[in-house]
Amino acid sequence: MLDNLDSMLKKIFRFYYEGFRKMTWGRNLWGIILLKLFIMFAILRLFFFPDLLKRDFDSDEERASHVLEQITKP
Amino acid sequence: MLDSIDMSLVDWSRGQFALTAMFHWIFVPLTLGLSFIVAFMHTIYVRTGDEEWKRITKFWMKLFGINFAIGVATGIILEFEFGTNWSNYSWFVGDIFGAPLAIEGILAFFLESTFIAVMFFGWNKVSKRFHLTASWLTAFGASLSAVWILVANAWMQHPVGTVFNPDYARNEMINFWDVIFSEVAVNKFLHTISSSFLLASIFVIGVSAWFLLRKKEVLFAKRSTVIAAVFGFITAIATIATGDTSARIVARTQPMKFAAMEALYEGQTHAPLVAIGAMRTDTANYPDPREEFIFKIEIPNALSYMVFLTPSGFIPGISDLVYGNEEQNYMSYEERIERGAVAIQTLKELKKAKERGDQVSYDALRKKFSDPVWIDQYYRHFGFGYYKGRELKELIPNVKLSFYSFHVMVILGGHFLIFTMLVLWLSLKNRWGNHRWLLWVALITMPMPWIASQAGWVLAELGRQPWVVYELMPTISAVTRLKPGAVQLTFWIFLLTFSALFIAEIRIMLAQIKKGPGGE
Repeated sequence: MLDNLDSMLKKIFRFYYEGFRKMTWGRNLWGIILLKLFIMFAILRLFFFPDLLKRDFDSDEERASHVLEQITKP
Repeated sequence: MLDSIDMSLVDWSRGQFALTAMFHWIFVPLTLGLSFIVAFMHTIYVRTGDEEWKRITKFWMKLFGINFAIGVATGIILEFEFGTNWSNYSWFVGDIFGAPLAIEGILAFFLESTFIAVMFFGWNKVSKRFHLTASWLTAFGASLSAVWILVANAWMQHPVGTVFNPDYARNEMINFWDVIFSEVAVNKFLHTISSSFLLASIFVIGVSAWFLLRKKEVLFAKRSTVIAAVFGFITAIATIATGDTSARIVARTQPMKFAAMEALYEGQTHAPLVAIGAMRTDTANYPDPREEFIFKIEIPNALSYMVFLTPSGFIPGISDLVYGNEEQNYMSYEERIERGAVAIQTLKELKKAKERGDQVSYDALRKKFSDPVWIDQYYRHFGFGYYKGRELKELIPNVKLSFYSFHVMVILGGHFLIFTMLVLWLSLKNRWGNHRWLLWVALITMPMPWIASQAGWVLAELGRQPWVVYELMPTISAVTRLKPGAVQLTFWIFLLTFSALFIAEIRIMLAQIKKGPGGE
């Protein structure tokens, strides 16, 4: 049973490994995808787009109270 | 209400969101449609064993891959913006957006990304049938992703299946099926999907026309065209049919948007449909400016007939909705503002009562938010309350843009139907490619579905302004009070990043098209 699972996992790994290794035009695309994800998560998300309610408040009660104040203030 | 809000903050936040959404939408419809076209081609290859179909499938799969790779994750930025720029909104709708997006993330995204690898790496590695299954599952996975985000958007346009919890300032889902099977959600999905399939079909016809113009890869181009023409013609009919239903639903659920997209100021029975027209702003009535037609061609009775299937149906105009029309049972916006203000004040008092531990007052106020009569009389108008002391014209969407985006979409939709029908007919007669001018028409038509698709979103989102959640939460109350400069900075960063990605997409795609189905 475990041997079968091990062999299956190896097959899946080899499938992906070979697929990526033999890529031609796809390499550039992966470069773009990785660069894009880096810009999104390591720069934009980290420095420009914090989840404000998550960052500034500890509990849902506090978040609710803040939003209630915001949406009912004149 | 909200007198102190900096409108430049609202405008920049809206601009930033629109930029991101419109950029994201360059890629999504092509991914949705091309995945199915590839799956069809792949099926023919597996069934016939014809190597030419394998080349055809691999070529379009390659273009699908490029589009997928450049476009993937661009939608995540929208979620970043929800948390930062629209935090009030994301809290207010949290559960409604949370559930569909979580399902999208877990189910559709993993289905799509698992099988996409098998689709690309699976040639000669897995059995033909499993490989084909992977192509189909990729296509279905892509559409499944679209279902959930469209359900969430439909809820914003027409909030159903939820109740407002005043303790948490959140809308909570009480009926999942009402949310996913609301008529707005179902029609939005069908219209978006069918128009995306049409877009991809016209893309395939256009690229194939380029090969035919150069007299290269003729068999490949003709076979690709036949598949795309069949798919395109069927989906053109479906797009028009669902568009028609969509207009009828909008007339009922969002009458202001409907009036704006026809620039109808005074309601009437036997209302005509403006087939084509041009407008200018008449500022003589300031502060109540109107868009007036410089010229227009109308189809008599058609608007009333389109909505009610009878010419005697009354279509409310912008004035009927703003100033009210007792005879037709339309409450004036002033009245709705008063009622909305009562609802907001009640919510404010409830919060205060809770804070000072006044249980009796709290219970009495809390009870109102679960009383169907009070909800109908006051909470239903909640969003209007923010406009107390503001100008009524803020409650009217941009009429000119709504009108033009609607008409551009409709006119192009008609063109696509005739075009795909012609391509299909000529292809079946084996005469497609005989007339060079028609191939040029195919090339010129290629970018048009993107224009129509973007116009559709402009109408859907801009036409419902000022609402983020229809009649419950306006843009001015949804926005986070950030410094406008911070929003401007990220707007320009996005513009730069998106432009670079767009240029990359075009360059890589053109390079692969030039190489043709034989190139690696």
